[in-house]
Formats: sequence, structure tokens, C-alpha cells
Amino acid sequence: MTPEPILQVKNVTKAFGGIQALNGVSFDVYEGEILGIIGPNGSGKTTVVNCITGFIRKTAGEVFFRGKDISRKPPHKIADMGITRTFQIMRPYYTLPAYKNLVIPLFSPRAKRTGGWRGGGNLGDRKTVGIDILEEIGFERDSFVPYKLASSLPTGYLKRLELARCLALKPDIIFCDEIFSGLSMSEISSMVPLIERLQMDGITLVMIEHRLRELFRVANRVMVLNFGEKLMEGTAAAVMADEAVKKAYFGSENIEELVGDVNG
Amino acid sequence: MKPGQQRQERIDRGIRIRSDGLYALMSWRELSYLTLPRLALIAGMLILPLVMPGMYWQRVVSIACIYALLALSFDFLAHFVGLVCLGGAFFVGTGGYLAAILNTSFGLSPVMTIPLATVLGAALCTLLLLPCLPLRGVYFAIVSLMYPLFAMRVIEALNILGGTDGILGIDSFSNRWVEQYAVIGATLLFLFGTRRLVNMDIGLVLRGVKDNDQAIRASGMNITRYKMLAVFIASAMGCMSGAFLVHIYMWSGISQFALDFSILPIAATVIGGSGTLAGAVIGCLILVPISELLRDFGTLRIVFYAAILMGFIVFRSEGLLVYGQRKYHQFERWTTRL
Amino acid sequence: MDILIYGTINSAALALYALGFAMVYGVSRLPNFAHGALYVLSGFMTWFFLNSLGLNYLISIILAMLATGLIGALMYQFILIRIRGMEISEIMATYAMGLAILEGLRWGGFKGMTYTLPAFIAGSTTIFGVSVDYQRLLVVAIGGAVVGLLWLFTHYTRTGLSLRGMAQDERAALMLGIDSDRMALVAMAFGSSLAALAAICLLPLGNIVVEAGYNVLILAIAVCIVGGLGSWMGAVLAAFLIGFAQILTVVYLGAHYQMVVALLAIILTLIIRPSGLFGRQKELEERV
Repeated sequence: MTPEPILQVKNVTKAFGGIQALNGVSFDVYEGEILGIIGPNGSGKTTVVNCITGFIRKTAGEVFFRGKDISRKPPHKIADMGITRTFQIMRPYYTLPAYKNLVIPLFSPRAKRTGGWRGGGNLGDRKTVGIDILEEIGFERDSFVPYKLASSLPTGYLKRLELARCLALKPDIIFCDEIFSGLSMSEISSMVPLIERLQMDGITLVMIEHRLRELFRVANRVMVLNFGEKLMEGTAAAVMADEAVKKAYFGSENIEELVGDVNG
Repeated sequence: MKPGQQRQERIDRGIRIRSDGLYALMSWRELSYLTLPRLALIAGMLILPLVMPGMYWQRVVSIACIYALLALSFDFLAHFVGLVCLGGAFFVGTGGYLAAILNTSFGLSPVMTIPLATVLGAALCTLLLLPCLPLRGVYFAIVSLMYPLFAMRVIEALNILGGTDGILGIDSFSNRWVEQYAVIGATLLFLFGTRRLVNMDIGLVLRGVKDNDQAIRASGMNITRYKMLAVFIASAMGCMSGAFLVHIYMWSGISQFALDFSILPIAATVIGGSGTLAGAVIGCLILVPISELLRDFGTLRIVFYAAILMGFIVFRSEGLLVYGQRKYHQFERWTTRL
Repeated sequence: MDILIYGTINSAALALYALGFAMVYGVSRLPNFAHGALYVLSGFMTWFFLNSLGLNYLISIILAMLATGLIGALMYQFILIRIRGMEISEIMATYAMGLAILEGLRWGGFKGMTYTLPAFIAGSTTIFGVSVDYQRLLVVAIGGAVVGLLWLFTHYTRTGLSLRGMAQDERAALMLGIDSDRMALVAMAFGSSLAALAAICLLPLGNIVVEAGYNVLILAIAVCIVGGLGSWMGAVLAAFLIGFAQILTVVYLGAHYQMVVALLAIILTLIIRPSGLFGRQKELEERV
């Protein structure tokens, strides 16, 4: 018997003027899993995340979190309920040091309630908690890295800082928007254990990725989007073997098929 | 340096970076380096009333402090929260009229009217500015610009609150030294208070609202609420200055909504160094006496402020205090080498 | 019936005030807070040409319109072009310039009630039993003509189409070879001349006072916000809405409440529908 999904996305549609970015996308996310969302450029992956987390208003469709309808809620309320996200174009507070970047989310009502990640329910001094979170996330404590200005940190650290920002809220779900992009192979290899550890802590992850090989190492299930529609979902192996997915990514050598796809 | 000394220096560096709210003080030299500028400012302002030649100039000092409170509120809102308030006169007028009403109709003394006018005025101003807070910054600028103009016209047209004559017969302070030092004290209090505020956790959140509001939304915090808080604080400062003003002049009229109170604080902030709250205060201490000297030129003064403002905006100069801070920190680098 | 007529006249006046501002904002996203100052300045210039230099009325008008357009263009070319894109700085700079002009005029002795411009056609007529002077009718006529001509201009001439293109999407226009700065310059010149035109039509109805500068600015902004910042047609529609609302309050509540109407209109718009009637500022409601 399959457990109840923690997040249900039903028929989400979004049109930007004449451009149909999403067309009736539906999927479920189960608690504790890592769901990957893949698809060629422009397929609507980031738009799906924006619609679910409330940063963009949907044209149609509903989203349910633990049974509650969150379709119309503003982004800060959705984050307050436990659904957090990272940004594809990273948005740290550049003028502040790394640990102060965490003081801000630790100020939120949710952080006060839950005590931040690993906090026992009592927040204490935010700067200390911030440094603790950074240490868990992979910033070396005794070096100066947590104290450096965010503008001087390299990409790998900034990606972790984005994750840390989400963790400060002790989230139930984290939407990771292209968190492996811009990283080298070795940096990704060191991120993967972090992601696995987050899953072991009980956090559900939805990862939008272009780096398929690395994603398939961690993802339990994968969903494919193309031109705003869901092509298929299933295990990594099933997705890789699917003909339609291959055509979506690599195109077709058959002209009739190609023209047929565009007109259809 | 010997290796042992280098190691010591590296460890000390960590302490100095980490405890940036507090400094690990290791010598009298460091102590004085930090406190000297602040003490100089405080001492300077406290001595001012004593050295001023005559009541006229003492009053100028009080007026300068009133403008300084307004400039503080502008600098705070503009550079730490991202809201540009082009109509500081609205705060002055609201605080002033409230204090006047509390004094004349309810018979409260200045000791009571000023705090009450501050809090009530701040609440009123925040409420009136509420519609534009969830929107882009442009709307706040536009609406804040228009409110004092509207207030003037409405009071004049409806002939309420004393109409063009204003409210007369307001009590003044018991003693002119009280008047002076109350204003100066309030200014210093709010200056250092705001500086402390922007470095505390809540201040970081407000700065985040300016720089990166999407990340704040993604962290589960309601931006409008924090903007409301910031506007409340800033309008409290403005209303307090208005309340002081009416008690000093013993009169409250529509001239409080005049452009002077909107433009001079902005010009002073820009000259003194935007972003450093002390720059706003210093800018006022410079501009207000100059404006008194130019009083004979009538409204040409406003042309003058406007020209200064335009010059700074277009050529983007950094302002006196920012320049001074840069030079001062360079000075430190020489002295610690010794 | 007189509500209808006075309402139309008031609306035409508001539309004339607002079109200059709407044009500049629509094309180049530049909030020209010196709009009111240009209005008053052109009035005084016309007076100067007419009375101190003794020129023909028509020539004075044309000269004043050209001069104001030139001043607007110069303002853009030397000052605004450097801060293009930084909205808050633009607001502060144009506001400072407007203040400098207005207060400079006040200091230069242009205060008091002694400055007037003669009406084009003296006398009045009765329409549907309501007495209306010719000047006011002329306001409506010119207002309608301006809207019509503007429509034709932006739909059928090369420059006009470029302006419209810029207003719709700056980047796309740039890709088509439309020079953004040049268009902004043209828009500023046009907007300033429109301010002058408004002045010339409406100032004969009263005196030329510096205060009018602030009033015109407030009304223009109110109309543009209600109509949606950036939409010309929205501004016209909003002018009618506010115009009639004002006349209704005058009739039923009293003449002093006119300004309150404008204020309420702005606040209501910001609360209910911030992008205005036809505003394209959808970014207010949905942002990434």
C-alpha cells in the first residue's frame, strides 16, 4: 500500500501571455524521497517550482501539502509551512558574512518555532546556530570561511549556503533548483553525501537538474517535463530507456516525426 | 614577524572578525581609536549650546537637531530598507499637529505630548503609508512625496486644525536649557540607537529587505510586516521632531508640511554621506546654519538644496563622512604597524 | 446636465495635464516630476513673450511650446541620461529640478495674482441651457484633438511607432534598431511640449501662480496611477473617472473636496488594483 503523498500537484497550468509555460502538470511527491525533475531547456522546470512555492501565480491548477490547499498562498506563507527552495540564480546576501546570511532566516517565525535545523526547539543565539548549521553543511569551522563575506565565496560554498538557508527553517521539503550546476565533478561528489544525509534526516527533496548522471545517483524517482507537459515519471533506469524522453532531449532524425511533434 | 608572533596575530584576527558586535580590546590605543570619533561627536554636540553666541544661534542648534532627526529617518529608510521617503515633512506635520492638539485641547505638558505624539503619529503615518508598502519602491516615493502636499491643501481647503492660521498658544519648555538638551539628547539617542539597530538581527533582516527580498520571502518572512516596522521607526523619529518643533515655536501651522522639511534632510544626508547614519546628522549641522545665513534669499534656499541634491545624485559623490571614514581607516593601518 | 458638461471639461483638463507625464513614463519609464514646473514655466514664458517682448499671441504660444520642449530635451540630455534606469534617483533628480524651477520662479518675483494670459476667444455660449465660455469649450476641443492626433501619430508615423515600440518592450525595440536614448529624448521633448500646451489652454482660465505647478503634478500623477503607469489610453480613461468624480463632489459635497478625491483615487487604486486600469506593471503581482 503506497503511503499518502506529502505534496500533490494537480493540473498546474501557467501561461505568460501567449506562451504556454506549463500545461496541466500533475505529480505527487512522497515523504522522504528524492524526486528528480528533468527536461530540456525551456520545458518549464523552474516555472513548476515557482508556481508550487508561490512566487508566480498559476493560471490554473491546485497544489496540496499534507492535504491542505496551498494554491493561493503567498511565498512566505508556503515557506512557513515547511516548503523551501533554492534559487537557480543564487541569492545570498552579498554584503553580509556567510554566517550572518543565516541569521536572517533564523529570524523567521518558523525558525523560532522549530529552533532551526538540529535545534532542539529553542533558538538561542542566532549567530552560534548559524555557524553550527554552516559546519554541518560543510564549511570548516576553524578556518575563516564562515566569516567571509558572501561576495567572496566560490560557487560551491554559495550553493551550500543556499541549502543552509533552507535548512535554517527546518523544512519538510526542499526544492533544489539546479543545485549541481556550475560545480566541478569533485565538488558534486562532495555534495552527494550531503544530499543523502539530508534525506536520512527525513527531509524530502525535489531536485531539478541538468546533470543527469549525478542526479541519478541520488534520485529515487525521476519525472520528465517537455514543453510544459509531463512526459513520464518512473525510476531512473526506466526514464533513461524511454524513447520519448530520448527524442525530447536529442531530437529526431526523422523529419516527419520532428514536424509532427512541433505541430502536435 | 617571528612565527610565534604570526600565529598569535592569526588567532587574534579570528577574534576580531568574529566578535564584530564587540571588540576584543587589547590596548588603550585600540580603545581610543574606536571611541574617539564617537566621543568627539557627542562632546561636540553637548558643548554646542554653551558656546553659541546668543539665543538666536542656540535656537538654530535646536532646529538643526530637529532636521537631524528627519535626516536620520530618511537615511535609515533609504539605505537600510530601500524605501525612499521624499516627504519627510508629512511626519513633521503629523507629529506637530498631534502635539499641538494634545497640548491645547487636552492640556498635557510637553513631557507628555512629545512621547504621545511620537507614538500616535508614527502609528498614523504607518497606517497611511500602508497601501504602498507591498508595492515597488517607486510607489512609496510617489505617495510619500504627495502626502505633505495633500495635507497642506486639505487643511487649507477644509479649514480644519486652525486652517492657514494654525494652532496657537502651545506651551514651550520650562527652561531654554531643557529645550536645547532635550532635543540634542533625543538626536544622539536615536543616532546611536539606530546604528545599533541596523547591526542587530532585526536590522539585518531590514537590510535583506532592501537587497534581496526574494530570499527573505523564501525564508518564510512577510516583507510587508518588516517594511511596516521600518516605517514605524522612521516616522516615529519624524513625528518626534515635529513635536519638538511646535513646542519650540509655540505654534503649529501648515508650514510644517513645507518643502523645507522634505528636501533639506535629503540634501544633508547626501552631503554628509549616505548610508552612515552619523553623516545625516553632520550634514544637518552643516546645512542648517548655512540655510539660516541664506534666509534673506527667501525661497532661493530651496533652489540651492535642490541643486546640491541634483549634483550629488548625478555625480554620485560619496559624501563627507564616507570619505572621512575611508581616510580614518587608512590611518589605522599605519598606526598598527608601529 | 451641467454635471455632464463641467465633468467633460474637467476631464479634458485632467487629460491634458496627464498626457505629458504619461508619455514620458510610458516610453522611457522616466517619472518626470518636473512636469508641473514645466507647465508653470511655459505659462510664464508665454506671458513674457506676449507682454514684455510684445510679440503676437500665437507666436508667443509657439515659441513657448518650442522652448519648453527644448528645456525638457536639455534636461534629459545633460542630467537624466546619466541616471537612466535608477528609478529612485530619477524621481529625486526630476523633483529637485522641478523644485529649482518653481522656487526659482517664486524668488524671481513671479508671485502674486497679477499674471494672466488672455483667452483665445472671449465670450461664452449656452449649450443645453448651461452657460459655458468659449475657452472652456476650446479646452475640450483641443483635448480631444490632442488625443486623436497622438493616436494617429503613434500609429502611423515612423517616430510615433518607434515610441510605441519602446513603450511596449524596450529590449525588443533595441533589437529592431530603435535608439533608446534618442526615443527617450524625443519623448521628453514631446512630454514637455504637451505640458506647455496644457498650460496654454488652461492658464487663461485663471491666473498663473507657482502653486499650480504642484497641483498639476499631483493631478497628473493621480491620473497616471489610476490609469496605470505607462498606459496612455488608461490615462485618458482615468482622467474621465477622476474628472467626473471631482465634479460630483463639488456639486454634492463642496468645492474644497476636490483634492481629497484625487488622493482617495490614488489610495484606492493602490489597495485594490495597484497596476491601475490598463497598467502593464504585471510585475507587481507576479514576480520571480
